[in-house]
Amino acid sequence: MRAVRLGVSSLLLHKLRSFLTTLGVLFGVASVIAMLAVGEGASAEAQDQIRRLGSRNVILRSVKPPQVGDEDAEMRVLSYGLTRDDFERISETFPGVDQSVPVLQTPAEVRSGQLLCRPRVLCTPHLFQSVTRRDLFSGRFLTEQDEANRSLVCVLGYEVARFLFPFDTALGERVKVGEHYLEVVGVLNSRLPVGTITLDPSSEAGGEVFVPLSTGRAYYGERQTQMRSGSMDIQEVQLHEIIVAAERDIDVPVIAAACRSMLKREHDEKDYEVIVPLELLARAEETKRIFNIVLGSIAGISLLVGGIGIMNVMLATVTERTREIGIRRALGAKRKHIVTQFLVETMVLSGAGGVVGVGVGLLIPWIVERAADLETIVEPAAPILAFGISVLVGIVFGLYPAWRAANMDPVEALRHE
Amino acid sequence: MSGSTAESAEPAAAGVPVPSEPVAELSNITRLYRMGDEEVHALDGFSFTFRKGEYWAIMGSSGSGKSTLLNILGCVDRPTGGSYRVRGQEVADLDDDELSTFRGAELGFIFQSYNLIPQLDVLENILMPVMYQDEVPEGIEDRALELAKRVGLGERLHHRPMQLSGGQQQRVAIARSLINDPALILADEATGNLDSKTADEILELFDELHAEGKTILLVTHEAEVGRRAENILRLKDGNIDSVERGVSREGEGTDAQ
Repeated sequence: MRAVRLGVSSLLLHKLRSFLTTLGVLFGVASVIAMLAVGEGASAEAQDQIRRLGSRNVILRSVKPPQVGDEDAEMRVLSYGLTRDDFERISETFPGVDQSVPVLQTPAEVRSGQLLCRPRVLCTPHLFQSVTRRDLFSGRFLTEQDEANRSLVCVLGYEVARFLFPFDTALGERVKVGEHYLEVVGVLNSRLPVGTITLDPSSEAGGEVFVPLSTGRAYYGERQTQMRSGSMDIQEVQLHEIIVAAERDIDVPVIAAACRSMLKREHDEKDYEVIVPLELLARAEETKRIFNIVLGSIAGISLLVGGIGIMNVMLATVTERTREIGIRRALGAKRKHIVTQFLVETMVLSGAGGVVGVGVGLLIPWIVERAADLETIVEPAAPILAFGISVLVGIVFGLYPAWRAANMDPVEALRHE
Repeated sequence: MSGSTAESAEPAAAGVPVPSEPVAELSNITRLYRMGDEEVHALDGFSFTFRKGEYWAIMGSSGSGKSTLLNILGCVDRPTGGSYRVRGQEVADLDDDELSTFRGAELGFIFQSYNLIPQLDVLENILMPVMYQDEVPEGIEDRALELAKRVGLGERLHHRPMQLSGGQQQRVAIARSLINDPALILADEATGNLDSKTADEILELFDELHAEGKTILLVTHEAEVGRRAENILRLKDGNIDSVERGVSREGEGTDAQ
């Protein structure tokens, strides 16, 4: 403790120099913490998005193939995507499939009175809720009866419900979806974290309206017409999405492979894509790992530079204080006393840089979160790790100057001016 | 116990017992420096015994070997050959750590440029040699306080060296050299940086210490300062040139070689 106090008082003799030396480590430590926090936050967000897709699911999606044929045709029907046959094959012949859910999307507008929005209108059976693990906010989700009766009902995503019925419950109200009036039987919870709900009815996460699949087929059909200048673009898609839920996690890769080979066999064009959240998750984790390594190395380099700065200054200090070393040696200091003295000084420098650096490092994510609206996560280990490294830097880069100091010839040192 | 000087020590200042036991015994000390292909004998077969309570001025022109002698006496340098014993302890037998502790415990250093540690205050500077000892004697702070008062710095215990005059700094250094009650006080041009009045005060302090029975070796090139000592040892070319005893007592010394 006494050694630390003396070290501090030596360092205070050169306040500016000590301060500047400390800056290197300070920035190093701060950047380690900040970079890890931002990286961690970004990957957590990505993983969250993937998890929302359901980690046990395999999602097949229709993709419009690259345009072929003559562009000038006045009217044409483009037929592509997943078919009902695909769905049958998957749900009936694939092993390990727990449930499979077809989704038909219709580009209808949704209105209530004067309010109009364009959410994604998904026609799907009741199984959709359990497969995608949606929570109900109020009312109920679609049921088997709805499906069987082709009921004119719908379930709104939270954002859509709040948009169309800002002051009232949506339950029991009628909304106009496309050309038809549907009764709202339920509202789902938002999937965005509380506090970040933007009430944007067209958002990816919340802008959804659910209609029974049979109702969708009967009233909206599989043909979607788009008017374009002078020509009409008709697309025919039997199913936009098939969500296949595996019984167990280990079935996921098998099902994914089976889906891929089946679709490849049955489709001439690649008018589909296979999304495996588990694979994405694994890839996201891999990406995160690489990301962390890269960020960590960059931050590590800045710490290294800080350490070199400290060593540089300490070497200069040792030379400058040669006489003091000589005096101390003459007055009875052993080599180890001199080593300790300079090592302590280096560690005080780097430790102080570390402490302030941890503070700054925690402050940066806090600011980033508020200013840039980016999620950041500070792992509890990060500040400890960063501080530990700064102390280690002090030891590593302090050893050589301390060793140099201790091995000076006392006679020479005393003669030094 | 055989010193190189066969003659019995004469009585020093009044009240100091004689003859006294040897404190520093040097026999046949050689110090060789290698400068390229040349070998330089800074000390060449130097033998002498300093006894307890003696006050010696070591004089000589530059290159006479007095700095080398002082370094060896101060155990910061080791002789190339010969034997050096302090209070019976053969210095050559000590390793670097032991020698460090030995310096702190048995020797008191006073330098020309005071050599206080700038970041420590007066009291801490006085305590410096103790802090490096393996065991800190009890009541050492009181002793440091006493010494500070003794050299007239009782009022400035927590001043930094920069805040003191040269004379005051040298007083701190003297107090520091006394803290461990050393066998030998080595003063290297202790008054060289001071004006004559301040130098006189410091020399008076040495006289007091001498009267108390401390063994003092004062290296100087100023004849006036040397005459203040009890005895004068003159060096030349790495060996003894002349030995004068009872200088200050008789006022005017005679060559006794």
